[in-house]
Amino acid sequence: MNNPSEFFDELSGFGETPRAPYADYCGWFDRQNEAQLRKKAKEAEVFFRRTGITFNVYGQQEATERLIPFDVVPRIISGREWSRLTKGIEQRVRAINAFLHDIYHRQEIVRAGRVPVELIAQNEAFLPQMIGVSPPGGIYTHIVGTDIVRTGEDEFYVLEDNARTPSGVSYMLENRETMLQMFPELFSRVPVREVSDYPKMLRRSLSACAPEACEGKPVVAVLTPGIHNSAYFEHSFLADQMGVELVEGHDLRLVDGRIAMRTTQGYTPIDVLYRRIDDDYLDPLNFNPTSMLGVPGIMDAYRAGKITIANAPGTGIADDKAIYSYMPEIVEFYTGEKAILKNVPTWRCSEPDALAYVLEHLPELVVKEVHGSGGYGMLVGPAANKREIAAFADKLRSKPSNYIAQPTLSLSTVPVMTKAGLAPRHVDLRPFVLVSPNKIEITPGGLTRVAMKAGSLVVNSSQGGGTKDTWVLDE
Amino acid sequence: MRVKIRHTTEYAYNGQVPYGLQQLRMIPKTSAGQTILSWETRVEGGSKEVTFTDQHNNHVELISLNPETRSISIHCEGEVDTADTVGVIGQHGGYAPLWYFLRSTSHTKAGPHVRALVKAVGKDYESDTTRLHALSAQILSQVPYATGTTDFSTLAEEALESANGVCQDHAHIFISAARLMGYPARYVSGYLVMNDRVEQEAGHAWAEAHVAGLGWVGFDVSNGVSPDERYVRVATGLDYSEAAPVSGIIFGGHSESMTVHLQVQQ
Repeated sequence: MNNPSEFFDELSGFGETPRAPYADYCGWFDRQNEAQLRKKAKEAEVFFRRTGITFNVYGQQEATERLIPFDVVPRIISGREWSRLTKGIEQRVRAINAFLHDIYHRQEIVRAGRVPVELIAQNEAFLPQMIGVSPPGGIYTHIVGTDIVRTGEDEFYVLEDNARTPSGVSYMLENRETMLQMFPELFSRVPVREVSDYPKMLRRSLSACAPEACEGKPVVAVLTPGIHNSAYFEHSFLADQMGVELVEGHDLRLVDGRIAMRTTQGYTPIDVLYRRIDDDYLDPLNFNPTSMLGVPGIMDAYRAGKITIANAPGTGIADDKAIYSYMPEIVEFYTGEKAILKNVPTWRCSEPDALAYVLEHLPELVVKEVHGSGGYGMLVGPAANKREIAAFADKLRSKPSNYIAQPTLSLSTVPVMTKAGLAPRHVDLRPFVLVSPNKIEITPGGLTRVAMKAGSLVVNSSQGGGTKDTWVLDE
Repeated sequence: MRVKIRHTTEYAYNGQVPYGLQQLRMIPKTSAGQTILSWETRVEGGSKEVTFTDQHNNHVELISLNPETRSISIHCEGEVDTADTVGVIGQHGGYAPLWYFLRSTSHTKAGPHVRALVKAVGKDYESDTTRLHALSAQILSQVPYATGTTDFSTLAEEALESANGVCQDHAHIFISAARLMGYPARYVSGYLVMNDRVEQEAGHAWAEAHVAGLGWVGFDVSNGVSPDERYVRVATGLDYSEAAPVSGIIFGGHSESMTVHLQVQQ
């Protein structure tokens, strides 16, 4: 089990012997029969099909449901590494909430000249209807999925702060469930911290953000755009696991000044709505009038303090990729501390010098759309051919402010099980963060996404990426 | 001046409405030269759901239609004390940053006609306010007041092109041009005391621009003046859609007809 490589391998570092966090696992692995393990991997697929975890891929001719590939080799993080990571994430999430409050109130950070006014003024993610609004408990981002990549022993970078409606947590839970079923003996051998109480924590955290109008035990519900959404499985899974109602827009209406859901006993007011629907579609009375998915007047009830919307509308201004480049300044401005986690150096193509540099160095850069997600519409320079690079350069020139560029990072690898045995594949990590007025909780682990193709740096499931169980060691 | 206002807006539907909401921006603001002595909103055929303050510090009331109703009427009544501030509202307040008022909207997007208008007005004036008064006069000469040719969906560019318009069109053209000149600008919906009549067909609308030193200053293009003690400011916004007295969403696919009864008097 060795893999000397130019990339940092989380199992073997840059060398040939297992790193400490993997020692116990490797001791177990070396006594396993590989053919037997591959058979187990097949069983895992059957298990996933039975649970119904599939997702829809946009942009394919047939919108078929697909299974995200699952790899049986876990990604292991030591207790020490995890504690440093969580300190960094907490700091960042605190700063993001302070930034959102500031941007929708006095905009001190703009007055102080730390963030240019154009970045906010010309940003589509700035939501005027949120100006002057203070959400219940002062929380804007109740659920955050911070994307992190690793390039060395102590080198961690934040790639994206997903502060709108991060998805993927159901895979974190199902991956662990699958591993427990397939390899129960492993978990008695290796001290892995549990993730299974995430739904309970989520419900508790959301309930702690109930509005003043709430009487008694907070009523929580999950709002989904419906079964055609690519993450519908996750919406219904989370509602089920939390023991709360899964609702669609047409189930809700205003009753006696509250947003209420239709039940067999009439209408019940909702205190906290975990919405998995974009701002634009949330309220046809206040936003996109053609939306059939939203709840008319919910923004009015929200501004009147009658309901908590999680995450708050308008949080996109904090995770936009152009804002991302200012995160070190943002963290320092609101926490008074240097950012613990590093930012990836970012060229803002809206700046002429940066654009010129990016156009000259496209073959070595990763270029992303400012508002893009899911790996759609991006260019990975080293993996692109000349024709693709030329076509992308044209797009870039026609609307530079729509793009940012970053160096191609040497993402760490973790072995995956292939037909030819173990082979290194690039990974990232999305820990899930819950924010309530009194605390920030981070489930130990998160979602490890892995590029299943050798050498590929794109881990998005929509682009063929897979997932792994993520272990944080209890030590 | 003590201004008395009675304003009834009635909507009739050609069938029973299963569910509907109306968002009202009808309560006058307390602002420079204007004090609200009394104000009341009564609704028949609907009920008040929530009230809140929006990004323009407008007092907003959201009402729902009573289930299966065929009509709803909204009665507003109150008294406002006004003083003449020669149109000056003063320094900018609230959390909405001034740059927000430079944003163009679908109603106020500048096209070739607005650009030509700004060019015709020119830059060579002794002060910002004289330049903006010149803009106001230029708009009225190009777009004389005429009812019946435009409606609430008419854009600034379209009104300029058609060379006919009402107060709302004048305000949109003014806002579009002022923003192009670099002045933050906004739409005001409100009431105007008319010397020759009490009964009116509709509320009034004008524009405000922000100039260095004075702050917000009002311009009523249709009457060629800055607002005085005859004007009552109700709601403001980037354009009509953000300051509209009533904006709603009605389910059931029925057509609606609106009737307004308005009395404004001293």
